[in-house]
Amino acid sequence: METKENILLNIKNLHVWYRVYGGYLKVLNGVNLIVRKGERVGLVGEAGCGKTTTMKSILQILPPGDFLIPKGEIYYKGKDILKMSFSEIQRLRSKEIAMIFQDPTTALNPVFTIGTQIGDVIKYSIALEEKKVHKEKLKILSARALKEAYLPDPERMLVNYPFQLSGGMRQRTCIAMAISSSRNLLIADEPGTSLDVTIQDQILHLLKEIVEKMGASIILITHSLGVAREMTDRIYVMYAGTIVETALTKDLFQNPVHPYTKGLLASVPKLSGGGIARGIPGRIPDYLNPPQGCRFQSRCEHATSSCAENPPQFVEVEKGHLVACYLAQR
Amino acid sequence: MTQPGNNEILKAVNLKKYFRIGKNKKGPIFVRAVDGVNFSIKYGETLGLVGESGSGKSTIAYTVVGMYHPTSGQILFKDQNIGMEAVRRSLSLKKEIQIVFQDPSSSLNPEQTVEQILSLPLRIHTRTSKRQFREKMVELLEKVELPSDYLYKLPPSIGGGEKQMVAIARALASNPSLIVLDEPTSALDVSIQAKVINKLMNLQKELNLTYLFITHDLSLERNVASRIAIMYLGKICEVADAATFFEKPLHPYTQMLISSVPVITEEEEKLKPKKIVSIGEIGSPVNPPSGCSFHPRCPYRMPICSEVDPEMIEVSPGHIVRCHLFSMPEKTGSKEV
Repeated sequence: METKENILLNIKNLHVWYRVYGGYLKVLNGVNLIVRKGERVGLVGEAGCGKTTTMKSILQILPPGDFLIPKGEIYYKGKDILKMSFSEIQRLRSKEIAMIFQDPTTALNPVFTIGTQIGDVIKYSIALEEKKVHKEKLKILSARALKEAYLPDPERMLVNYPFQLSGGMRQRTCIAMAISSSRNLLIADEPGTSLDVTIQDQILHLLKEIVEKMGASIILITHSLGVAREMTDRIYVMYAGTIVETALTKDLFQNPVHPYTKGLLASVPKLSGGGIARGIPGRIPDYLNPPQGCRFQSRCEHATSSCAENPPQFVEVEKGHLVACYLAQR
Repeated sequence: MTQPGNNEILKAVNLKKYFRIGKNKKGPIFVRAVDGVNFSIKYGETLGLVGESGSGKSTIAYTVVGMYHPTSGQILFKDQNIGMEAVRRSLSLKKEIQIVFQDPSSSLNPEQTVEQILSLPLRIHTRTSKRQFREKMVELLEKVELPSDYLYKLPPSIGGGEKQMVAIARALASNPSLIVLDEPTSALDVSIQAKVINKLMNLQKELNLTYLFITHDLSLERNVASRIAIMYLGKICEVADAATFFEKPLHPYTQMLISSVPVITEEEEKLKPKKIVSIGEIGSPVNPPSGCSFHPRCPYRMPICSEVDPEMIEVSPGHIVRCHLFSMPEKTGSKEV
């Protein structure tokens, strides 16, 4: 099953550091992640665990000059993104991979109309093949993209500015931009977090439908386990710059193995009541001087001396269910 | 909710808060943030106030603590009208009602040490001698499980959960009987949230506190509140005790909300009403829809809904709903609600 052809994205042992006063923030510490064709993958973790950094390094949109990638490879369709030339990366951004950001208010430029912004995206993706793009054609294509995202009255919408739309409509516009030309991989960074729960529900349904229609893969970044459960086939749980557990969505919720995953699942308040668990004591380690070995050790109740020496390797507890913890090895 | 009795610590009667944002030919334009709300909180309970952004939850919170002056209506605290701004309230009244804000990074002064933050309410509201001051502050920190060396720390140097704990300690300093919690954990991670919530629940039992708990997170509300009120566009559309609320939600909006919550277990999945699919978006409080303000999004809407604003109806003891489906009992059966 694991043929080279059906793997779309393969991140191997990725390290990303940020330069700050006093040294480097060692944010990503060996991230391994695979996305297959047509797969919906969830990346779950708390604030500051490196989810967005991972995704930004795929598209090479990390803040210029402030970061360092000391180790790691990101293979997209068998080619290492980190070794690509600028024009190849441009092609990747305009034809292959699209990203939907968390806050649609800041993702859209407030001084340009929706039509201009969505038109630009389409222009650059077409411009790779055709030299000149006709204005009327752009308009039609833009309106069609908006229509696919179920925005009412798309022709009129093109002359509107972002502030004239509601939060949900802005997020639909961002989705329309992402799907305006066909893509193979969508990266959705907390697409519903800044929206109300009923609107989030609508946006997630829309994304699900679009991904199915396009046959694309999606990486859904979220801090909400509930969203991940409803949207994805497979989940990666991330903690402090490392992947701690990955499994099929169903397996992960039925049989979580890593202490962090267990703690996270227990912390989520349930609609059926029954109180809330204690939560996980402590907080994410300091990235300037991260601990040797497992990064979760200071918050883990099962921590032993071996946890402090070397970071644990992945162990396959059942088929496709990998856990980076010494507990699973015993 | 409307029944008399002196076991109510706080009661809002037809409370309205309009904000003037401009004027046109017809007269001034108002944002109707809170538009005729009735609710009451009993001693020692937690009333959960849920709603989407822009529904007026925070306006109610700020009106209760006196940051806003209500446009009309009354707020009764221990049978005494407190519908005035905080500057005109007596110290003994301010002392009784405290608030914890959503984001501790902006509600705590980053240039003041925890000691300075905690000393202000102690100095104003309690008679503490200088010698006892430190002792008192350490005691407050102990209540929220923080070590005494935190007194000399600045808010930016401590974690988000701990910051919120300091904010809670500050609210406790004056020995209040009612605490308004305005989304106290929505800026925190779930693993930290669990800790803060558990602390709040323990403190409530220990100190016999009453909470007005405001959040947009329904699953969280299920676990903390004894009664829940749902708000939509400045009006309360359903009130019930927490268990009934999730087992037998009546208002179509409540059903839509519950079915939109992403959940993590099969057990929770069963609680979701299946028939309602979320459509449309919240209307504008400047120009709310006529009649029932939810009618443009309601799958059960009838002609009457766009004309007449429904009344609050008590369908069973303590379960109040504002919907035309229930004002005409003969029709409810056919609607299968």
